Amino acid sequence: MTHSLSTHSLHDLSVHDLALALKNKQVSAVEAAGHFLVRSSAHANLGTYVALNEATTLAQAQAADQRIAQGSAGTLEGVPIAHKDIFVTRDFVTTAGSRMLKGYRSPFDATVVAKLASAGVVTLGKLNCDEFAMGSSNENSAIAPVGCDTVTPVRNPWNIERIPGGSSGGSAAAVAARLAPAATGTDTGGSIRQPAAFCGITGIKPTYGRASRYGMVAFASSLDQAGPMARSAQDCALLLSSLCGPDLDRDSTSLDMPAEDYSRNLNDSIEGLRIGVPQEFFGEGLSDDVRASVEAALKQYEQLGAKLVPIQLPRTELSIPVYYIIAPAEASSNLSRFDGVKFGHRAAQYTDLADMYKKTRAEGFGDEVKRRIMIGAYVLSHGYYDAYYLQAQKIRRMIADDFQNAFKQCDVIAGPVAPTVAWKLGEKSDDPVANYLADIFTLPASLAGLPGMSIPVGFSQAAQDKGMPIGMQLIGNYFGEARLLNAAHRFQQATDFHSAKPAGY
Amino acid sequence: MARSARFTIGFNSFCSMSLTSSDIARIANLARLDLAPAESERILTQMNDFFSIVEAMRAVDTTGLEPMAHPVAAIQDVALRLREDVVSEPNQREANQRSAPAVEHGLFLVPKVIE
Repeated sequence: MTHSLSTHSLHDLSVHDLALALKNKQVSAVEAAGHFLVRSSAHANLGTYVALNEATTLAQAQAADQRIAQGSAGTLEGVPIAHKDIFVTRDFVTTAGSRMLKGYRSPFDATVVAKLASAGVVTLGKLNCDEFAMGSSNENSAIAPVGCDTVTPVRNPWNIERIPGGSSGGSAAAVAARLAPAATGTDTGGSIRQPAAFCGITGIKPTYGRASRYGMVAFASSLDQAGPMARSAQDCALLLSSLCGPDLDRDSTSLDMPAEDYSRNLNDSIEGLRIGVPQEFFGEGLSDDVRASVEAALKQYEQLGAKLVPIQLPRTELSIPVYYIIAPAEASSNLSRFDGVKFGHRAAQYTDLADMYKKTRAEGFGDEVKRRIMIGAYVLSHGYYDAYYLQAQKIRRMIADDFQNAFKQCDVIAGPVAPTVAWKLGEKSDDPVANYLADIFTLPASLAGLPGMSIPVGFSQAAQDKGMPIGMQLIGNYFGEARLLNAAHRFQQATDFHSAKPAGY
Repeated sequence: MARSARFTIGFNSFCSMSLTSSDIARIANLARLDLAPAESERILTQMNDFFSIVEAMRAVDTTGLEPMAHPVAAIQDVALRLREDVVSEPNQREANQRSAPAVEHGLFLVPKVIE
């Protein structure tokens, strides 16, 4: 074995280059995993990891090294990545950020985890997230991170007084701080795209139904999708190709379409690509710094040969109430399984079975989860179902139709991911509706089930937010992941926002 | 039907329809959540705040539209599959019960239901 590669900067390698170095035996999987484990404990103050298991990780890495030696390596053999703690894993505790699941050991691996493992990926650990993926700041986690005695929020590596975004906040912060070359995330209403934007990394949510939901702790089943978070579109394409694909016996909404090689079109020219720019994404609520960076990125696209086309998505604002009816309704149904009987928390004191349920759930769930369960139970209850849930599902169709109209004029849609950069820890934690409103630009594509991604396009120049990363959202038509990744990759070939690194990492 | 009367007033006025503390108690019971009084108060305020942004949705004319459950149904028919009702998983009783709060002789224990 020839180890010609210096290991001290392994964390700066892309997934693509690391996979190559592993394949060429310039570095071993054990060395790579060990390097990231050391970094993760050195930066435990970021609060990103909620579960580490060094022995398991190193055993997986040893197995990967053996397969490399035997010439039976998978496409990502030996590449260490970490999983959002919403994916169940046999070898690591799974909590979904909830007291309800503290210490929970799943008897199986989520399909996404298993598919990545069969491509050779080594699991570094589990990453913090908002409880049951409900939140956009990661402040709703009830689990103390590894190395911390108490519950403490995940911090944004660009400014540790700021939130990393959510709900995949641990994933975004870990990738930005180079504590993992890449991570999995899930996106129900923006939970991959928004934290990716806030931490200056790249993330993609595929078309609904492309990635299996089996073993993803369910939040809103008609919206939940898994996807990769990494430092470039090229790395996202590699991971997405491995984690997508039909899972027909285990996920009833999984699409019966073969897995694709999403890297195949990365280098295609984007000359003549029609980029739709929805005017509703550039209204009053958009902060000046985000507007400036997104507009500059659109100009860059024009220089690369793309054409900008003004489009309309007239129900953009409506997507907030529609989403916040549908998602809580589905959540209240999904979370009824947490009753203190077969797994998870059970209250210590109660009078009878009904009282046990109520006390167990009152103790096990945090505030945001309770609020959404309450909203969901209400809008699904007798007399309100038609007026709220069905009405929301009908407007959801209108929103999806608006996108189909827009795609008659354009190939992809571009706009901001979020109205502002990452806010300060605690700034919105007492105002749930303010958090909901900030999801405005990610919700429409979620409701329509379209693929969406976030790419870094700049840093705030505003005095109070100076240096915080800004993301641009790219939305594709159904099954248009390869085209999105191609558009993102060409942008990243011409710019270096995605390579910027927060100081100290 | 005092409730539905208040409901209608809520729609016609521009202020949000207001839930009351008895609504919160009813919903909390449906959701099997034991809420402390202060928590109920807070949730009441927050839910009323939330429903003020839901009002805009109610004015939309959706006559004749089918509710959309699977998003990809926007462009193609999506049939939800049923699989054969046969055993497909191995027996993992111990692993499945490993995270249960109370187990005895391989059975999940619950408080006495029938006297």
